Amino acid sequence: MDEYRDAADARRFARAIARVTTRPWKIMEVCGGQTHAIVRFGIEDLLPDGVTLIHGPGCPVCVTPVEMIDKAIELAGRSEVILCSFGDMLRVPGSRTSLLEAKAAGGRVKVVYSPMKAVELARANPDREVVFFAVGFETTAPANAMAVFQAARDGLENFSMLASHVLVPPAMEAILAAPGNEVRGFLGAGHVCAVMGIDEYRPLARRYGVPIVVTGFEPLDLLHGIHLCVKQLEEGRADVENQYVRSVRPEGNLKAMELMREVFVVGPRTWRGIGSIPDSGLVLRETYRDFDAERRFGPTDSHTEETSECISGLVLQGRRKPFECPAFGARCTPDQPLGAPMVSSEGACAAYYRYRGDHLETSETSYGGDHGKE
Amino acid sequence: MCLAVPGQVLSVAGEAPYGLTGRVSFGGVVKEVSLAYVPDARPGEYVIVHVGFALSKVDETEANRVFEYIRAIGELDELTEDQP
Ligand code: SF4
Repeated sequence: MDEYRDAADARRFARAIARVTTRPWKIMEVCGGQTHAIVRFGIEDLLPDGVTLIHGPGCPVCVTPVEMIDKAIELAGRSEVILCSFGDMLRVPGSRTSLLEAKAAGGRVKVVYSPMKAVELARANPDREVVFFAVGFETTAPANAMAVFQAARDGLENFSMLASHVLVPPAMEAILAAPGNEVRGFLGAGHVCAVMGIDEYRPLARRYGVPIVVTGFEPLDLLHGIHLCVKQLEEGRADVENQYVRSVRPEGNLKAMELMREVFVVGPRTWRGIGSIPDSGLVLRETYRDFDAERRFGPTDSHTEETSECISGLVLQGRRKPFECPAFGARCTPDQPLGAPMVSSEGACAAYYRYRGDHLETSETSYGGDHGKE
Repeated sequence: MCLAVPGQVLSVAGEAPYGLTGRVSFGGVVKEVSLAYVPDARPGEYVIVHVGFALSKVDETEANRVFEYIRAIGELDELTEDQP
């Protein structure tokens, strides 16, 4: 994969982007994995002054509502429950504490790499309730659908899912429809499209007149995507284009979509820091509602609140850069995060802290030399 | 957690549709991965893997597209730089 990181090729792309740019353009990369690569490799330093990248809301850990974190913490505190979660969720602050603190206080919290591990755990521990905290975008939904499907097929009665699934296109639409929106083009999330295909972006491109270039995650992929996007903008086009052809088929992964539709239906979802977006999430279909942890354990009447200092909502909508947050790097660090974007490696705040902080002079992997120029 | 990474399929086992698995190498680190969604993956091929599931195959014939594009714009580059 190193060939996708070649510095000479990256500069060649940078020159080509500068050549086609005549006006300022703001382009949003949707996916947190792309944000991570952009910051890590210093892609922004390679771009001409006119082209600005705005980091989007594509970090599932970051947009999981605080109520869900509180609910997971509450479930982890029950004596019969083993709560399973992806590792990144552990340090995300809930309204009072985090899963990590709940674990330290004696809660049974287990980090799993795949939801199928949670199903295995349920099989191995018939006297326990295994709850899987399922967060993620369309990329993660096929795995979570399989976990529920197999649990149902095997008649596993002690497995359930606390699901907080979000969908990318409605979030893009919310950003485009917001008053004062400055995003003129998108780099689409490549791996989301590997599952869902690219057709669902066409109405969005047409309605809002924005080019959407489905893009991969390596530095040269990102620069290629930016070049295609700027070219469209300069030529006045607003098409859906696929930069990431090697992994994204236009129709997506039909098998994965089939199982997702078997298990989930589209429903409303609250995004942390942004608010409720209609039809922006996946909920368990009625046939699988027995596997819904919220139904199984009943509602929790926790009173939730956000830290007032965290401006993660603005960061997630691309309205502020992480270093514009007064807490950034001072009261908020990856070890002591005040907000979710400082936790996960796909969160914009953590990416900036890790690769662009004042504590880092240069990064070996970065192409740009002038760090911290902003 | 949302990162998906490419890895090379070393071997395939289990039964389609849902029990199909593959041993996949990620730069030398080998993991067992579900191939339920990419049942046509064969040893030697690359797949994109996320939370234990292969989501798509990496198409070798398309893998050079970025470099072809670069070559095309690189040639233009030289053309324009040659102009006085
Ligand atoms: S730096 Fe910390 S407090 Fe500020 S927006 Fe990011 S996560 Fe929130």
